[in-house]
Amino acid sequence: MARNRKILRRFSWVVMASLLLTGCSTQIPVLQPQGPVAQQEFGLIEWSFFLMLFVAIVVFILFGVFIYRYRNTPNNKAPYEPDMEGSRKLEFIWTLIPVIIVLLIAVPTVRTTYALQAPPKTAKTDPLVIDVTSAAWKWIFQYPKSGLETVNYLVIPANEPVQFNLTSVGPMNTFWIPSLGGMEFNMPNVTLGLWLQADHPGIYLGRSANFSGVGFEHMSFTVKALSIPQFNTWVSAVKKTAPALSNAENNQILYTHGLSPKLTFSSYPSTKTTGTAGMSGM
Amino acid sequence: MSMFPHNYLIYGADVSIVGATALIIFVLTYFKKWKWLWDNWITTVDHKRIGIMYILAAFAMFFRGGTDGLLMRTQLALPNLHFLSAQHYDEIFTTHGTIMILFMAMPMLIGLINVAVPLQIGARDVAFPYLNAISFWTFFFGAMLFNISFVFGGSPDAGWTSYAPLSELQFDPGPGENYYLLGLQLAGIGTIATGVNFLVTILKMRAPGMTLMKMPQFTWATLITSIIIIFAFPVLTVALALLTIDRLMGAHFFTIAAGGMPMMWVNLFWIWGHPEVYIVILPAFGILSDVISTFSGKKIFGYSAMVVSLATIAALSFTVWVHHFFTMGAGAAVNSFFGVSTMLIAIPTGVKIFNWLFTMYRGRIRFTTPMLWALAFIPTFVVGGMTGVMLAVAPADYQYHNSYFLVSHFHYVLIGGTVFGAFAGIYYWWPKMFGHKLNERLGRWHVGTFVLFFNMTFFPMYIVGLMGMTRRMYTYPAGLGWTALNLIETIGAFGQGASMMIMAVNIVRSIKFGERDVTGDIWDGRTLEWSTTSPAAEYNFSVLPHVTSVDEWWEEKKRGVVRPDHATFKPIHMPNNSGWPFLIGLSFFVAGFGLVFNWWLSAIVGALGIITFLFLRSFDYNTDHYIPVDEVKRVEAAAGR
Repeated sequence: MARNRKILRRFSWVVMASLLLTGCSTQIPVLQPQGPVAQQEFGLIEWSFFLMLFVAIVVFILFGVFIYRYRNTPNNKAPYEPDMEGSRKLEFIWTLIPVIIVLLIAVPTVRTTYALQAPPKTAKTDPLVIDVTSAAWKWIFQYPKSGLETVNYLVIPANEPVQFNLTSVGPMNTFWIPSLGGMEFNMPNVTLGLWLQADHPGIYLGRSANFSGVGFEHMSFTVKALSIPQFNTWVSAVKKTAPALSNAENNQILYTHGLSPKLTFSSYPSTKTTGTAGMSGM
Repeated sequence: MSMFPHNYLIYGADVSIVGATALIIFVLTYFKKWKWLWDNWITTVDHKRIGIMYILAAFAMFFRGGTDGLLMRTQLALPNLHFLSAQHYDEIFTTHGTIMILFMAMPMLIGLINVAVPLQIGARDVAFPYLNAISFWTFFFGAMLFNISFVFGGSPDAGWTSYAPLSELQFDPGPGENYYLLGLQLAGIGTIATGVNFLVTILKMRAPGMTLMKMPQFTWATLITSIIIIFAFPVLTVALALLTIDRLMGAHFFTIAAGGMPMMWVNLFWIWGHPEVYIVILPAFGILSDVISTFSGKKIFGYSAMVVSLATIAALSFTVWVHHFFTMGAGAAVNSFFGVSTMLIAIPTGVKIFNWLFTMYRGRIRFTTPMLWALAFIPTFVVGGMTGVMLAVAPADYQYHNSYFLVSHFHYVLIGGTVFGAFAGIYYWWPKMFGHKLNERLGRWHVGTFVLFFNMTFFPMYIVGLMGMTRRMYTYPAGLGWTALNLIETIGAFGQGASMMIMAVNIVRSIKFGERDVTGDIWDGRTLEWSTTSPAAEYNFSVLPHVTSVDEWWEEKKRGVVRPDHATFKPIHMPNNSGWPFLIGLSFFVAGFGLVFNWWLSAIVGALGIITFLFLRSFDYNTDHYIPVDEVKRVEAAAGR
């Protein structure tokens, strides 16, 4: 029977989805959070998924039963009431239940939205600040405290919140490291904040999720989370060995369309990039 | 940028466009059909013919947009492919999105609205038939202007959302983006006029006795949709105009250089764009209500709740636009508000889903092709809707935003809702449009294969999105675990293409072999469109019906009413055909094409054309005629009445 096959197929999706979403693979970063931000977001994903799965299963069961039971065959004994108007009681129930479900999702949503605004106050030191600029089609990371700059790769300390200040020169991008947490826009002339934390040392993949022209798919970067002593060692090694960033090279990186290899600098010019000036080189 | 993009795929497409055009011209000339085409179609003001032209154009655009989709899926089948260049891929995803929303989904639904709504309300025409023709021709020429970008000058490549500053001249030189702005602008003019037209038609032209709460569900959906169009489309008009002025005249509405706000484009775009997704889903909801009720042999369950939920969805659709950019740093209060307001839409939508289910409860379900589309819709749309609620969870959306999870969600609701609904409508009203049925066996194959391959294409996208794949990537590296899922998606996409070929075969075969509809009521329908002949005569109803209940025709059949009553025939007042709407559309095209290339001469010629034809029309006093009783009798007799 075609109808039975359809019901079976619907059911098999549900099973398949549950299997895949519970993580039988090792490469679903959104579902394998590596830090508190991604962890809280994952919690909401799970909670909303299972509530929605419950609703979907109820609908699928009613759907399957009704199309089987009320099919138009000559010897179908099921009751037929062509003039049935509706039912206030039933309609009230299926308005009320979604209201409750929406509340069950809305409350944790709002709570988490507020909670994720800033790094927790309990952190011992001020979080490390990294200024992130997207320029077509590169990622520029500046560490104001130590004055160093990296291009197309990011090194952060593990177990400590990192405050990112995001901006852009030219088109918009989004800064996304799925293992550590969700994305935020890089927009010209605006600075948006996003904090992330890696719970343990490791290497993660980041990318832009917002289309910004033909080179956009190559706007990925690696994120290396190091233990705090290792991170400090890395900082002092960069300060000692990497070249300083000249004004000319800085402009070249910011204002010329194109890809770039990974670069490291021990300092960068003090002029703040705002995205307003000097776009003539395009 | 050169006038003709250098790429062999594009050359191939150019050749096929030129070939198809030459073939059409040859066929029309050889069979001496030019006059027939002009008299019966190009100059028509008959809402049914205009509806059919909308649907034909939408099918052509479906083919174009679908081919775009297949090209994209081919490019993404495996990692590191070089089937398309990055630039070409960017153009294709831009045109795919724009065409499918604005030149496929909308005209398909507006076509069905044109065909069915005046018949459902027992009217002889729409309120402004001449304006209706202008709407069609501005849409048509807008679509053509958008499509020739592909042949002349290069297609738009900044995405269907065209976010500034990427879409500004500085980052996107050349005419491609201008085509987007002007093509949409022309089509938008037609859409606003259609919204006004159907609002007035439904409010003022219902048959005697049809109170608002006795209107069929599809008519209700159209009324609500018209209201959304009237509120939402002017925002698009303004946004497109501002960006056009930026690009053509060097203004800075959206550029930073002189204090413009790129963010304002995003706001304006989605203040239109979110209601837009309801403009394309509510009419589909209306079709599904009528189809489910007809083929369950039952009244719609909870009529007034269905109407209230349509109105609630429409109102909420204007309060959720920020959910398209939760990640733009609007702050926790704003994100919370728009997250919760988005979730609220699930409540009226849920009410509709349960009412549809309970319309089948204690019914007698006939598994006809339109009903199969409606049945396929329910679980598919539930999957799409549920993931929509997940996307509304603002912090979680930080992980879904612009990923394939989102891409999958909107294909589940737009295909599972709008396209399944439109197909249900097309199979349902086909006999009313053309006087014959589409083949049911091929129809079942079409539904079955399409639903199967649709899920094969889009379900894996949820997973690959959670794996970190973002939309609009023209290629991806190996080793991220994305390959197998992408390959499955590509196979599914080609399956959907093959499934559409079944529909094409069905249409061609049914013209010759399809079951003829001699009664006008081939589905045992419930609403007034089934009380007249198939296809309906120019005047729709020889005698206007008098309405006493929601399922008027169903009740009349039960009471044994026989239509029409020959004694009551009177002369029928109808509008004359007119060539002006076509010429006005053509002038818009000439003006638009000029603006695309900054050829001001062409723009001025086009603008003068528009003004001249409007002026001449205002002195055209020969706009209407009466059909004498004898002719009405002859037409009715020919239809066996």
